[in-house]
Amino acid sequence: MSTAAEVNIDQDVHHDEHHDYEQSFISKYIFTTDHKMIGKQFLITGIMWGLIGVGMSVIFRLQLGFPEMDLGWLRPLLGGWISEQGKLDPEFYLALVTMHGTIMVFFVLTAGLSGTFSNYLIPLQIGARDMASGFMNMLSYWFFFLSSVVMMASIFIETGPAAGGWVVYPPLSALPQAIQGSGLGMTLWLVAMVFFIVSMLLGGINYITTVINLRTEGMSFSRLPLTIWAFFLTAVIGLLSFPVLFAAALLLVFDRSFGTSFYLSDIYIGGEALPNMGGSPILYQHLFWFLGHPEVYIVLLPALGITSEVIATNSRKPIFGYKAMIGSMLGITVLSFVVWAHHMFVSGLNPFLGSVFMFLTLIIAIPSAVKVFNYLTTLWKGNIIFTPATLFSIGLVSFFISGGLTGIFLGNSVIDIQLHDTYFVVAHFHLVMGSLSIFGLLAGVYHWFPKMFGRMMDEKLGHIHFWMTFIGVYMIFFPMHYIGIAGFPRRYYSWTNFDAFSSYTDLNMFVSVAAFVTVAAQFIFLFNFFYSMYRGKRAPQNPWRSNTLEWTAPIEPGHGNWPGEIPKVYRWPYDYSKPGAKEDFIPQHIPLSHTPESNLDHEVELAKKEVVDKTANAQSNA
Amino acid sequence: METSLNKEQQLQPSIKILSMHPLKFALWLFIVTVVMIFAALTSAYIVRQSEGNWLIFELPTVFLYNTIILVASSVTMHLAYIAAKKDNFKNLKVFMIITTILAVAFFVGQYEAWGALVERDVYFVGNPSGSFLYVISGLHAFHLISGLIFILIMLFSAFKYKVHSKNMVKMEMCTTYWHFLDGLWVYLFIFLLLNH
Ligand code: HEM
Ligand SMILES: [Cu+2]
Repeated sequence: MSTAAEVNIDQDVHHDEHHDYEQSFISKYIFTTDHKMIGKQFLITGIMWGLIGVGMSVIFRLQLGFPEMDLGWLRPLLGGWISEQGKLDPEFYLALVTMHGTIMVFFVLTAGLSGTFSNYLIPLQIGARDMASGFMNMLSYWFFFLSSVVMMASIFIETGPAAGGWVVYPPLSALPQAIQGSGLGMTLWLVAMVFFIVSMLLGGINYITTVINLRTEGMSFSRLPLTIWAFFLTAVIGLLSFPVLFAAALLLVFDRSFGTSFYLSDIYIGGEALPNMGGSPILYQHLFWFLGHPEVYIVLLPALGITSEVIATNSRKPIFGYKAMIGSMLGITVLSFVVWAHHMFVSGLNPFLGSVFMFLTLIIAIPSAVKVFNYLTTLWKGNIIFTPATLFSIGLVSFFISGGLTGIFLGNSVIDIQLHDTYFVVAHFHLVMGSLSIFGLLAGVYHWFPKMFGRMMDEKLGHIHFWMTFIGVYMIFFPMHYIGIAGFPRRYYSWTNFDAFSSYTDLNMFVSVAAFVTVAAQFIFLFNFFYSMYRGKRAPQNPWRSNTLEWTAPIEPGHGNWPGEIPKVYRWPYDYSKPGAKEDFIPQHIPLSHTPESNLDHEVELAKKEVVDKTANAQSNA
Repeated sequence: METSLNKEQQLQPSIKILSMHPLKFALWLFIVTVVMIFAALTSAYIVRQSEGNWLIFELPTVFLYNTIILVASSVTMHLAYIAAKKDNFKNLKVFMIITTILAVAFFVGQYEAWGALVERDVYFVGNPSGSFLYVISGLHAFHLISGLIFILIMLFSAFKYKVHSKNMVKMEMCTTYWHFLDGLWVYLFIFLLLNH
């Protein structure tokens, strides 16, 4: 099949303007090339993975909070992984932690977040009929699906899924005889990740091409919504870092299955020396973290982009420091590639190199602080409308602060010697990466649900969901800082053998209970999501009175997004509460010449020279 | 707000933003990902090499001949491209065939080179210095297969007179990709020469 046919070579050819023929179920919902449906596919798959990942955390929180508990009742689900005495198998605990991390980072917060919103929003917000290549986009989803199937299958095999942590460091992951999880489970993990990388690269190539080539007239880079800037830079980061993970995984595959020694050397198992000589496990760490750290920003940036949009819209104020926001995102993009060794301070890294990486790491605090500052100043004295999306965005900013601060400690190569691989790290990254990005995802769902499904989600349930989750997250992860400072290591099945930690029994119990309540709150969201999809209030054209282009498309846009011509863009997306204007928002497609009352001096000049055609006039009342 | 914006830019919203064919652009992005894979592998090579315990051996001279063959195929590919642009179908076909033959010759040559390595007791399994060589040349060959398939597709289209001055997008992409794979090998070869 030729992909060329899939490409909208010329955006002025409205070949899909009249799309009123019936699409079959398969081409509409399954093998669809419509970016909106593909976005929804990513969302639903991501939510499903989210449930599984969170479910796993419930099981290991049971183990950590209530080590004496009889878990026999989980046997129908976990079978042989629960011992005769009703205890969780220690190796399976490690497998659960590994799967939880992998699922959350890659399947939920990379595919589920960036896959959903990049797909859904890029064409709608830049004024394009679809992605550059709908076919590649479809492949991207189906590679992700294939990857999901393989990863899911690995959970159910006899030896259990991969168990070496989501970073799968060799030699543990390279030697099938090391633990059960390093057998077939690890092989499947690697296969799944290769499909995943292919999926992300296909998606990323599409996002970048679309943003660069298919913007509507007038949509210059300096008028792009910050969401699009964020998705664009996320795709750039992915394009540069995922191939490196591929290289790392490839060498690992050779070590595991062909007997090479890239990562292995001088290993004795049961007193017997392995033949592998001359490899270096540290090499793997370098390659992995060259992806691993940028991955953090792949997870973070889309959430931050969504927040910029939601906060500006619902504070009814222009985003503070639009250019600074773009600048800091660019800074983060560049810096994210030169800090990877801060994960390796205790790996025997040369201390001088350590200082260099520490310095570079601390520099990232600057663009991050700029973003926080700009969010706060945008909110400051705004007429804030507290929709669930606003609340989740404000919650996100709070995690950016509380989780970001601990990053400054961890970035110090000396302090990290004490904190490395303790619950302090778990607390840090769950706040700044886990919770922040999940909040971005939720904010995005609440905000764009009306566009996606033509109906509104229930606000009250949204508020309850927010407060339970927000308080819950702090209850779970804040105490973990203390447990971590006390030295409790992560990826430990149990600490009951260490007297030093017995004083934390109650705290751990508290954390676990908080986790259960927080998890329960997510069912409120699920109910709200699926119920509103069918029974929610019908959405108006522009429910949040927002400026971006997606709200000019029909409430339930068809394939091709705009039935008539694509709207042109005449202004930036943040004209909220502009002095003199009739309304407190002026959408992007309204020409300057139609708003003489609110134009600034230089805009008066521009308005004179503006070329506005009739259709734009007609649409400006939309 | 937008005061620092170039006025000209703002005044001409009707100019076409579309600058490059999206598919061609996507090919360049794909090339970036391949560059990153090999950047990772060659960096890993250097990092590992600096740790010592590194087997040193002569690179087989076949690699040099192969490099020359591949560069030659790049030249004929370009001649084919120029011919297509001028609607010179005879030359187009001739040069496409020569390119295909040279590409296949390169594969055969790389296979010979691996044989020569084995003769030198350098195996895939063993000291990483050998393993790296196999992985790097093997992964390059793997990408070259995709390039060869692309060339074959273009060869068939050329015989069906589907490649001509008005239909150059795919031919351009094929040429770009082949030049890239060629340049990539030259880089890898020089890299291996300097660091083996
Ligand atoms: C209800 C929510 C969650 C709870 C209660 C939870 C709990 C935990 C705990 C206790 C651990 C450490 C286990 C150990 O080291 O023995 C862990 C590990 C981890 N979690 Fe979560 N988590 C939650 C959500 C998330 C989210 C949203 C993310 C997304 C980034 C995430 C990513 C990870 C990662 C990457 C690890 C490390 C896995 C490894 O060590 O290989 N978690 N989680
Ligand atoms: Cu990092």
